[in-house]
Amino acid sequence: MNNTTSISADKITSDLLPKPFGRPGKIWTSVLIVLCLIGGIAYFRQLQQGLVVTGMRDYASWGIYISNFVFFVAISLVGSLISAIFRLTNVGWSTPLTRIAEIIAVSAILFASLIIIVDMGRPERLFNLMLHGRLQSPIVWDVIVITTYLVLSLLFLYIPMLPDLPILIKKSKLGSGLNKMYSFLGSFWKGTQAQYKLSNKAVLIITIIIIPVALAIHTVTSWLFATTYRPGWDSTNFGAYFVSGAFLVGAGGVVVAMYVFRKAYKLEAYITERHFDRMGKILVMLALLYLYFNINEYLVPAFKMKKAEEHHLMGLFSGEFSMIFWSAILIGMVIPVIVLLFPKGRKPRTMFVMGLFVVVGAWFKRFLIVTPTLLSPFLPMYDVPENYMHYWPTWEEWSITVGSLAGALLIITLFARYFPIIPIHETIEESANNKIEQL
Amino acid sequence: MINNKFPRRSFFKEILVAGLATGCHSKDPFTEKALQEEIQASGEMVQLLSTTGEIIEVDKAFLKPLEEIPSISQTAERMGIEGKKFVMVIDLSRCRNLKRCQEACNHAHFVSDAQNWIKIYSMQDAENTAPYWQPTTCMHCDEPPCVKVCPVDATFKRQDGIVGIDADRCIGCRFCMAACPYSTRVFNWEKPILPPEVLKMKYSSETSCPPRAGTVSKCDFCPDMARKGELPHCVSACPNGVFYFGDLNEDVVTNGSETVRFSDLIRDRSGYRLMEEMGTKPNVYYLPPVDRLFPYEKGLETEEEGTENE
Repeated sequence: MNNTTSISADKITSDLLPKPFGRPGKIWTSVLIVLCLIGGIAYFRQLQQGLVVTGMRDYASWGIYISNFVFFVAISLVGSLISAIFRLTNVGWSTPLTRIAEIIAVSAILFASLIIIVDMGRPERLFNLMLHGRLQSPIVWDVIVITTYLVLSLLFLYIPMLPDLPILIKKSKLGSGLNKMYSFLGSFWKGTQAQYKLSNKAVLIITIIIIPVALAIHTVTSWLFATTYRPGWDSTNFGAYFVSGAFLVGAGGVVVAMYVFRKAYKLEAYITERHFDRMGKILVMLALLYLYFNINEYLVPAFKMKKAEEHHLMGLFSGEFSMIFWSAILIGMVIPVIVLLFPKGRKPRTMFVMGLFVVVGAWFKRFLIVTPTLLSPFLPMYDVPENYMHYWPTWEEWSITVGSLAGALLIITLFARYFPIIPIHETIEESANNKIEQL
Repeated sequence: MINNKFPRRSFFKEILVAGLATGCHSKDPFTEKALQEEIQASGEMVQLLSTTGEIIEVDKAFLKPLEEIPSISQTAERMGIEGKKFVMVIDLSRCRNLKRCQEACNHAHFVSDAQNWIKIYSMQDAENTAPYWQPTTCMHCDEPPCVKVCPVDATFKRQDGIVGIDADRCIGCRFCMAACPYSTRVFNWEKPILPPEVLKMKYSSETSCPPRAGTVSKCDFCPDMARKGELPHCVSACPNGVFYFGDLNEDVVTNGSETVRFSDLIRDRSGYRLMEEMGTKPNVYYLPPVDRLFPYEKGLETEEEGTENE
């Protein structure tokens, strides 16, 4: 990167070393912890009383837990986009973003696994998946690919960080807890030629296999819906639809995180306006792609208006869910595309707002994919109490969901507190390479 | 006479309690120990009607409920009955939405108040077609979408065609509910309210009892009744003979009062199945609502009564 050429290695190291929280950092972290605790209390109530504390009933048998799960799986795909796809296509400028993307992926996929347990009626029987697991169920496929992706993502976070660990060991106080943790994680790293050769090879292998695995996690997640008969889910397009939406929300999440880290850690020299500009263009492309799949998913069935689809589609277009539906389309796709087409729209601050739009729109989009379909059964909703025919999440559901989102953010925050969020070693190396090129 | 009346009444009460409990198999009064117990005459006499039509008097202490067929292992329950292929025919021309089937079913399986395993839909296929009442049970499909998606084999297909649920294995993911196009499955959202003796029982997938919190339930075709050679609760509860139950291999179905050839019934009355286009291959057949016993409006009376009672 041109603008890092003038910075010396020492300056880079001191700029990028993790720093203690300031006042805003402390407040932010405490708020996240409080939200997690409230979520924990709500989950305790759910464990005691059962899923009756939720707003779910026999028709709307999946609610915001499942849509939140889909959201987490979706956003986790960004790890493979920024780190793997960009790496393989030699996108040099993405180096400062790789670790941000990877920690988002790890924390999101971790909470995806947790939230799916929260949705279970009998969480204590989770081990039945091992004892009695049947390979023909898409849930078992999901468990397999998500576990694989979690392991790969952890390695993808860890291995490229190895050269940074000796720096952290050197810079932290000898004998302190942090120093011990860094030593435990990376004292074996001596930076020898053989070690670099090995780690580069490992990273390359992960880079290649993580792409199909990432596509698989979200495709399989889409199959949880597409393998059923229900209107709105019964689609052969669902895998591609989900994957495109996942790249969009992941890129939006990275943009938001870029902006926050840049501000909080004063990283203007490393995450530059050019990064925002480029990510802005990528967002436009991904939003258009997702819009394309949305038009496919809604327009084609709406053209035919089969009986079963009609109730579902009319509920989205002009009925119960129309407010959320059109807001999610506008906020999550159309407005970001329009704004980001202009160079001025790709400045950091507007990018931040557009990134938030994309992420929030995407969350509600997942809700629209899950619940309205369940409230459009083939046989009419009948012979049930009134509250079975609608779905509105209870405070317990909201608290647990918000708590899980806060938990994911907390992991990202704490990671950035103790580890360099921008790779130090890679940045120094690139800066040196640039100098040589300039000479 | 007065002396006699009293014990008889209490005896009926006992039968009722025994009947309630045997619906779900509680403790077995026919263990070796129980059989060998020596019984002292109590002196309390009970009048009974013998099989030959005479009124006889028996000491109360010698009375025992009829032997239930012994309960079978969980593996045997999952296997089902060899050589059988259970099938149901629902005659829409006779249904007047009386909901006796539903009541009997809910009662026998301790279904929660808000839920029903059997639903009687008020159907009208198009604006200008005639409305009719359509009871639905589990379709016990031959290609069951619920069984396909279950990650832990908690819902399974037996060799006699019945789709059962092992509530002791179900993890409560509710994928089966999303998969079932007939919306037949219900979830035990809260701890079921059950009599203490039912609560203590071991779960049986034959009776789907006792229902377990956090798991899925549905119509099970009452395989415990089939094993006893009796009809499912809904079939015997319907006063209009709407439900026929039987064995496809024997080609015979009965609603309790008439026994007919399944293939003749389906042929003569143009039987069909629901949502054939899904490819689920249900084992529940319907006879179209032609030459009806009751006009559709008759069924609305139940609805009105229902709302009055609420």
